[in-house]
Amino acid sequence: MKKDQTVGEALRQRGVSRRGFLKFCAATASMMALSPALVPKIARALENARRPSVIWLSFQECTGCLESITRSASPTIEDLIFNVISLDYQEVLQAASGTHAEEARKAAMQENHGKYLLVVDGSIPVGNPDYSTIAGISNLDMLKETAAGAAAIVSVGSCAAFGGIPHANPNPTGAVGVSEIITDKPIINVPGCPPIPAVITGVLAHYLTFGKIPELDHLGRPVAFYGQNIHDRCYRRPFYERGKFAETFDDEGARKGWCLYKLGCKGPITYNACAVTKWNDGVSFPIQSGHGCLGCSEPNFWDKGSFYRPISAGMWGTPEGLAAAAVAGAAIGVGSALAARSRQKKASEEEGA
Amino acid sequence: MGSGKTIELPVETAAHETGNVVPLLHEIRHALQRLVDSGETTVIDLRSLPMAPGEEARIEETLGKGEVEATLNALGPSKMHETSIPGVWWIVHCNEDEAVMGKFIEVARVPSILNAQTDDLQVGVGAMSELLSEKDD
Repeated sequence: MKKDQTVGEALRQRGVSRRGFLKFCAATASMMALSPALVPKIARALENARRPSVIWLSFQECTGCLESITRSASPTIEDLIFNVISLDYQEVLQAASGTHAEEARKAAMQENHGKYLLVVDGSIPVGNPDYSTIAGISNLDMLKETAAGAAAIVSVGSCAAFGGIPHANPNPTGAVGVSEIITDKPIINVPGCPPIPAVITGVLAHYLTFGKIPELDHLGRPVAFYGQNIHDRCYRRPFYERGKFAETFDDEGARKGWCLYKLGCKGPITYNACAVTKWNDGVSFPIQSGHGCLGCSEPNFWDKGSFYRPISAGMWGTPEGLAAAAVAGAAIGVGSALAARSRQKKASEEEGA
Repeated sequence: MGSGKTIELPVETAAHETGNVVPLLHEIRHALQRLVDSGETTVIDLRSLPMAPGEEARIEETLGKGEVEATLNALGPSKMHETSIPGVWWIVHCNEDEAVMGKFIEVARVPSILNAQTDDLQVGVGAMSELLSEKDD
């Protein structure tokens, strides 16, 4: 497999017809949350894009993010590996092990210095770097060494983005996210525990197609996927507005699919694509399946109080306080919906330019 | 261990709308008018719209099926059909594992992906020439 083949050449070599290529571009546009009108532009960009080297480093993680991306259906991980990227190092998927694996990583870094994409999952312990080592090298050293020659870094999952589970109180390993260690490279945060497969591949596809970072929010997350509040896009929102809440997990409200705010749903303070893109190729997402949102794409989500107590309970402990908070919540909900609409309008204006 | 008695728990799914169905139908009507007036085609990505469970099926049912069905076999099957509204096509792209990769409504005389592609036409001329030269032998 020639590494400096264009993506177009790689697909043609694999016997993919022009129609197949256009279908691939249409699915990629959909996955990047871009308008179908941009498909010709994406086709031109992908035709000429060189297959970049990607080095994937895994640190203090549960491998859930890799599990997520390998469930990606569009494109499949195989499509990505063989056609779009040159995945030069990934400990779960690669055949090499031991010194051969490390040699492959060093070779890829040298050959593609300044041009490879570094993908990281897992947090990095800085409290005592020896808590997590690979081939005798601490995660901290491996990250610094590999980041030095990277063109950009993608922090996949809440652990790499914000420290995630290891970072939760009392954070015994001193776990932090990538952006707290590397400050001189462009970093895209793709948080979630795990992130939706299509979001991970969508972000990679965007970078590989256009050669640049997508628009990011104040937490370094791509606006295309994290610009929407779960609460604003939740199909159960009308129940919230009408004050119809499930009070327990098996009551009438729960069975009728009413709002899960009182059962601890963190939708109102969470930004992710779950309510629109959903999971398992659009089958469902936690709220649709009857469980409140955990807020897993936000920093410190493990330390924001119980998953099962409403957001407002943190502030208002009494039933009266809770009732007042629910009313206030509905009022604020309308406000945030209006704000979300104006953000959307701005995004679509920019796209039209 | 329990007594083994099964308890029937009736479960209802919320039957309400996100309110996206009617605006989508309006968007399709506007796109059709544009097609008539200027020949401009429109593609709508169904996956970009949040839908309540069952809403997408309701849209598909409302639009219905027309005279034409087509299957494209490239990188897996893609099925498309003209809805009962001429010029409004329902397109579902699947990969080789038959997992859905994209769902679109295209408002056009014919979905653009069904057109023979320029690159492929060139290849076709070459292939025909080869075929004919074999026949001559």
